[in-house]
Amino acid sequence: MRVKPIKVFALLAVICVGSLLLSAMGDFPAFGDPNSPANAGQLATHYITQVRVETKVPNIVTAVLADYRGFDTMFETVVILVAGLAILAILRRPACESSRRFAEIAAMKSHVDLIQVTTCRLLIPVIQLFALYVIAHGHHSPGGGFQGGVILGASFILMALVNGLRATLLRFSEKKALFLSAVGVIIFAGTGLICMLLGGNFLDYEVLHQILPYTDPVMARSHAMLIVEIGVAFTVMSIMFLIYAVLSSGGEMEGGL
Amino acid sequence: MDAFLENFNYIVYVVLMMIGLYAMISKNNLIKKLVGMTIFQSAIILFYVSIGAKEGAAIPILDHHQMHVAAAHDDHADTHKDKADTHEGEHADTKIHKADKHAAGAHSNHTSAEHASTHTDKHKHEAPHAGEHDDHDGHHVSSEINPAKFSNPIPHVLMLTAIVVGVSTLGVALSIVQRVHQGYGSIEEDDILNQIGPNADG
Amino acid sequence: MADQIPVLIILAPLFGGILVLLLGLRYRSVCFPIAVASLGVSLFSALHTFRTVLLEGPQRYFLSGWERGGGFAVGIEYRIDQINGLVLIMIAFVALLSVIHSRSRVSVETPAKVPQVYILSLLLVSGLLGMTITNDAFNLYVLLEISSLSSYALIAIGSRRAALSAFNYVIMGTIGASFLLLGVGYLFIQTGTLNMQDIHGALMAEGLINAPSIKVALMLILIGLWIKMGLFPLHGWLPNAYSYAPSATGTLMGPLVTKVMIYIMIRMMVSVFGIDFLYEQLAWTKPVSLLASIAIVGGSFLAVSQTDLRKMLCYLIVAEVGYMVGGAWVGNLNGMTGAIYHILGDALMTLCLFFVVGIVIAKTGEHRLSAFKGLFKSMPLTMVCFVVVAFAMIGLPPTCGFFSKWYLVRGGLEAGQYPFVIALLISSLVNAVIFFRLIEFAYFQSPDSDTAEAHGAHGESGAHGDEGEHSATAHAHTPVPMKVYRVDPDLDADSIVTEVPWGMKAPLLIVAACLLLLGIFNSTVTAWIADGLKGVGF
Repeated sequence: MRVKPIKVFALLAVICVGSLLLSAMGDFPAFGDPNSPANAGQLATHYITQVRVETKVPNIVTAVLADYRGFDTMFETVVILVAGLAILAILRRPACESSRRFAEIAAMKSHVDLIQVTTCRLLIPVIQLFALYVIAHGHHSPGGGFQGGVILGASFILMALVNGLRATLLRFSEKKALFLSAVGVIIFAGTGLICMLLGGNFLDYEVLHQILPYTDPVMARSHAMLIVEIGVAFTVMSIMFLIYAVLSSGGEMEGGL
Repeated sequence: MDAFLENFNYIVYVVLMMIGLYAMISKNNLIKKLVGMTIFQSAIILFYVSIGAKEGAAIPILDHHQMHVAAAHDDHADTHKDKADTHEGEHADTKIHKADKHAAGAHSNHTSAEHASTHTDKHKHEAPHAGEHDDHDGHHVSSEINPAKFSNPIPHVLMLTAIVVGVSTLGVALSIVQRVHQGYGSIEEDDILNQIGPNADG
Repeated sequence: MADQIPVLIILAPLFGGILVLLLGLRYRSVCFPIAVASLGVSLFSALHTFRTVLLEGPQRYFLSGWERGGGFAVGIEYRIDQINGLVLIMIAFVALLSVIHSRSRVSVETPAKVPQVYILSLLLVSGLLGMTITNDAFNLYVLLEISSLSSYALIAIGSRRAALSAFNYVIMGTIGASFLLLGVGYLFIQTGTLNMQDIHGALMAEGLINAPSIKVALMLILIGLWIKMGLFPLHGWLPNAYSYAPSATGTLMGPLVTKVMIYIMIRMMVSVFGIDFLYEQLAWTKPVSLLASIAIVGGSFLAVSQTDLRKMLCYLIVAEVGYMVGGAWVGNLNGMTGAIYHILGDALMTLCLFFVVGIVIAKTGEHRLSAFKGLFKSMPLTMVCFVVVAFAMIGLPPTCGFFSKWYLVRGGLEAGQYPFVIALLISSLVNAVIFFRLIEFAYFQSPDSDTAEAHGAHGESGAHGDEGEHSATAHAHTPVPMKVYRVDPDLDADSIVTEVPWGMKAPLLIVAACLLLLGIFNSTVTAWIADGLKGVGF
């Protein structure tokens, strides 16, 4: 059995890179060391101790994600949008003759399973409600826009798996999904733009207390974080479903898995 | 051996990463390459998250006592006696209002209650146990924030982004593989290269 | 409001992309105006910001309003100095011209996907601009991934061969970006911060910079960036990706993506690790200059052996990357200045070459070098611009190519990096061979007899008289004979035009003029660059 040269090259490359990475190991702080430069550094300590004063949001991760490093999060949302658009651009094509005929035959057989349909009819609203809870409670418990958005997207994927892709597309069409994903990014970037128009920097939520009722600058940060998380959830939900729809149907959006 | 045990998380991530890298370079099947890519990116995520771990630390979420009560410490200087009294009253309140979200309105009610009971000023630097009080369960809870008790939040934030980026890249790569399959009828690299032919780079 | 202009540079293409998403999918005709408008706003903001930098010194912009509290950065920060101010102007300018030039090609080569191409192009440009302006290491990675994802998709939209090249690009690009992320992680674990200047401060403070993990971090970041910029021998993805991509994508990405990666390498070298450490303590200047010299020579010889026009361009890009990496690593101010000046010049040169090749392929349908035969008669303006860019690539005054080679050679001689200087001279000679061959085809040869028959319908028989470009319209356009001469049946659909629109020619003229202007004003530009470098402690 001849060994392929690419495998030898790959093994050599892996050994070189692996030893390079391991050689730095002696320098690193021990696992779980609370006094390592990263853990006891100024930045981490500032976040942990000052988040309650500066943002009044208990979940430090959400505060850092949506406020201190909110700009990164906005671009992360754009990454998801780009991924959805990219997949659409690469694969989307009008259904060809053969798959239409197949879809007709498949529809005639009505392969929808009664147990699955009934179970999902009961489950999906609960899943979506839980997703909304995760989004709304991102300030107080692990959660936030990305997590809730993925759960929402998963509920639609479940619907598509059980009831068929075409039935789900009747409820959540491709146009709607694209529109909602754009709306999500607009909510996020638009909040930043409004902050700019009110005199602050981009995504400087403090100045929003001028238009949000009954808030002081610090609570304005907390509220604005919720608004941008909702925007993120819109985009993530739509794109997750769109990716599933396009990938499982080969771009034709006629019949799925 | 001690050094090995102390740093085992780094060894684990390097091994995982190298498995992924080997798969990405050497596998023939395009999907297997993508599996390697996923393993590769997961190893990096593992590395980052392991940076933020602290022995004996909890998740980086402040709980109620540290949020509202301690915030009062920062905002106004109170005596701890009054603090203890008002905290008892607060906890009774919060028990009743547990169902409500801790909205800004509720919080300002609490602070206004404390305002009413302020007497003397105290130094900002109180004794370490100054913030302690008994909560409604009778446990000693400190409302001073000790950074060593919370995991480092920064790696979590960075890796949220990295996971999302990884999923997006995987999605785009999978769609490209489907497109290649639609075009060439195969997802084995040698098969495709044979189809393109020896004068491929014309 | 005027201090918000720096962030408009990135926001304009981003909002433009979202607008095209909302409107362009239904109303095709708004895609192009929105794209041009947003890139125009971005260019204007970049110019204004650069002017502010020249008047007041390096600018900072704090996103989310978090200023530096207590001496360290709490949020994400933008920092614009002379160096990235110039690069920002260059990116916006090149992107604007490329979008204007490729307007007709987009609707011809990928007719079903026109809005998607514009959205992805705008987001790609937004990512590149953001990478240049940011002062935060992790923000750099996120924006890198935005531009990478858009570029994978823009390439894969083309033919099936393009999809395969895009897959290879995905694999190698992910390895590169992940190495960069890992390097940033190593820096984070030792310094605890992500802001580039705070990292530098922490590295300098406790002598941390001598730790082995920091060296490994440097190596990881460098290897990751070298993969992304296509430094020989890590360039495997580049020729296929850029030549099989639709021509609009190649024209947009070819001049920009690799140059931005080189800029990021320079930024990491200068602002994060510090020049003293790199040049004096590590003494890596010799090995890396040698690597760059090999890249230059390798790329040049691979370019000269190509018969396909676009592949040749791609290998020229690979050689040019070697110039800039070598210039950055020779070890003195002249070399680094030359490298940054060459980033600006090479972007324009590559753009001009892609324009010329795009026009030639659109007009003649031929992808091989022989497509240039007799073109002087039928496309005089294009050929004049081609001569200008040929002089720039070879390095003849007064084009910018001469001055960048001047600085690079001076830097190399001063630092004693003789392999680099020799490689530069060899590359000039090889470029001379490549370009004079093409100029000879264009000016002194008539189109091949077999292609002349097929071109007969176009009336491009230069040997038979003074038929200009307009005569082609008099003849019927018969694309069928052209198929016989196609090199690769997987290339995009018949896309031959009988008359090259002014939208394709005007940007070409502008870029050729800029090559001359950049050369004539080289001392002003290099003075700005040197100021910028001194400002970060060169």
